[in-house]
Amino acid sequence: MTQASTANQRYERQFSDFVGGNSTPDWLNTLRRKGMEGFARQGFPTARRGNEAWKYTNVAPIADASFDHGAGATSGLALDALKQVAPWDDAWTTLVFLNGRYSAQLSSPSTGGPSQAGNLAALVRSNGTSVQARLGSLVDIGEDGFAALNTAFTDDGAFVHVPDGVSLEAPVHLLFVSTEGDRPFVTYPRVLVVAGKKSRATIIESYVDIGQAEYFTDSVAEIVVEEEAEVEHYRLLNESDSAFHVGVARIEQKDGSSFSSRAFYNSVALGRHDLGLTINGSECYSDLSGLYVTSGAQHVDNFVNIDHTKPFSTSRLYYKGILSGRSRAVFGGTVYVREGAIKTDALQSDKNLLLSPDAEIDTKPALFIWADDVKCGHGATAGSVNADALFYMRSRGVDLETASKLIIFGFATEIIDTVRVPGLKDFLEKTVLESLPAHRFEF
Amino acid sequence: MLEIRDLHASIGDTEILKGISLQVNAGEVHAIMGPNGSGKSTLANVIAGRPDYRITSGEVIYDGQNVANMSPEERALAGIFLAMQYPVELPGVRTWQFLKAAVDAIRRHKGESQLSVRQFDRLLDEKREIVQIYPDLIRRSVNEGYSGGEKKRNEVLQLALLDPKLAFLDETDSGLDIDALRIVSEGVNAFRSPEKAIVVVTHYQRILNYITPDYVHVLVDGRIVRSGGKELALELEERGYDWIIKEATPVAD
Repeated sequence: MTQASTANQRYERQFSDFVGGNSTPDWLNTLRRKGMEGFARQGFPTARRGNEAWKYTNVAPIADASFDHGAGATSGLALDALKQVAPWDDAWTTLVFLNGRYSAQLSSPSTGGPSQAGNLAALVRSNGTSVQARLGSLVDIGEDGFAALNTAFTDDGAFVHVPDGVSLEAPVHLLFVSTEGDRPFVTYPRVLVVAGKKSRATIIESYVDIGQAEYFTDSVAEIVVEEEAEVEHYRLLNESDSAFHVGVARIEQKDGSSFSSRAFYNSVALGRHDLGLTINGSECYSDLSGLYVTSGAQHVDNFVNIDHTKPFSTSRLYYKGILSGRSRAVFGGTVYVREGAIKTDALQSDKNLLLSPDAEIDTKPALFIWADDVKCGHGATAGSVNADALFYMRSRGVDLETASKLIIFGFATEIIDTVRVPGLKDFLEKTVLESLPAHRFEF
Repeated sequence: MLEIRDLHASIGDTEILKGISLQVNAGEVHAIMGPNGSGKSTLANVIAGRPDYRITSGEVIYDGQNVANMSPEERALAGIFLAMQYPVELPGVRTWQFLKAAVDAIRRHKGESQLSVRQFDRLLDEKREIVQIYPDLIRRSVNEGYSGGEKKRNEVLQLALLDPKLAFLDETDSGLDIDALRIVSEGVNAFRSPEKAIVVVTHYQRILNYITPDYVHVLVDGRIVRSGGKELALELEERGYDWIIKEATPVAD
């Protein structure tokens, strides 16, 4: 018996315990079974020859470990403690998930009004048809073992529906908090956002930790951005230092819509985010950026694909990394411009600051263009700091430590500055500043 | 205030300064002129402590101290300032933040109390006026997206804020239109006093119409080949550098 099949059997066993005996609609159980079949067939990905998507990230530590479903505590977290570790604003609509379970006590879901933001598991029962039509519609469980596994265990999660023409004033915060468990545990956060025509919404998806437990988060988010809708999406990873996190996001944009994504990685042992955006409309605007700050032995992998299928759309992809210690980051950014997607304007770039000789960045921006008359560009940089910048600051009396700090923080600021939610921006400034390594550039 | 004695300096393996001696006293304005590649900028940068610019022999004595073993920040704290020929862009570092860090460092060194945000803003507003730098520029990243003129005015703003004793202006006039040149010069003249010394490094005589020097030195191939009063600058403006290079060549070595 191979190790891989042992792992698969463990998840299949957990699945049969989970899927039996709850009052779930048949269609959802069918979807879950398909998910389990998809996982059983594919298992966890390996960096085998030709598997470019997983070339630089080894998930054997996840496959080899034994994570239990539902082993995390589901109570005992005080709101005050949560506010200490998470971005928070009482004006936001906040859904809190404690070790994978929706916490009604800690949440402040939207009430009244035409829009919906609540626990997926409950809304599946009360609003079955609108969820059924969309859940699993964007993510391909046949191509990704992690997405398949999440689908198998889809239960509590977030469903946000903004009807046509509605603008959500307050951001919707989906807060997944991990605390502690009897044993290492796994959670399967699921997010489904449907932004109707000409609607506007801001979604914050954050993963935070209290207790430094060992766990594995396997998340899937699907976001539908209908015609002329505007969606801002923020994703924040403040996981435990011994946590594994694999997230898959699939977004579809329709004509004239705008979608922005900001991803921030502060802490996690091994983190991967596979963000796939399909621009299935013309005259769309998409703006994806991110900041990863890695230290110690952390590994963070951003795998971002933008697919232009229609003409006259613009996309911007811009990630930055600050790497220290023996940490490693991977950036795989690919823009596809399909036949007929003329007048596409796509730029992508990844910039890295390497603060240690043992840190490593594998960055691979790529463009595939099948259309004529497009404007596309890409680039990547990895390096230490500009010696002229340090001299300039020191020649004004600023000591080397302060100069280094200002430069490193400045490097991060460029991304943080684009956050348009004040409470979140303050939180990021504070936490990112704290997480930046104390570093003194050599001169 | 500054005494340079037979200074030789190299960038990498290339000797640029080949024996410079110069004395600058408080209250004086010196102009260092010369053709491109003569070592003018190197001299200013060696004194400010730019790395890779190595003193191979000779001495630079500032306020009785040999600067050779001082770090760039120690030199700045001691009162040496270099307005750079190519001010560096610092992406993400706010101009406000940078200026505050610099003023904090200099005040700390002088044993003065740290300015509150409000006190600093007041000081900044006052100095900004002199060089006509607008508040929105202060909120942006240092020198990023600044025009050439804004970069140079920002250098003079720093001169005004940090209030050093000895200021080198390295080609501060290059790339400036006539209005910007006037503004920058007014900023420098506001700084001029019996306690301060200024060294203007320039290729052209133009800026010296606004900042009148007491002494003019001509640098050719790493050596001062001629020194004189402000009339020397006018002569160079009229006749160019060729004649002086020709006259200098036979006396070299």
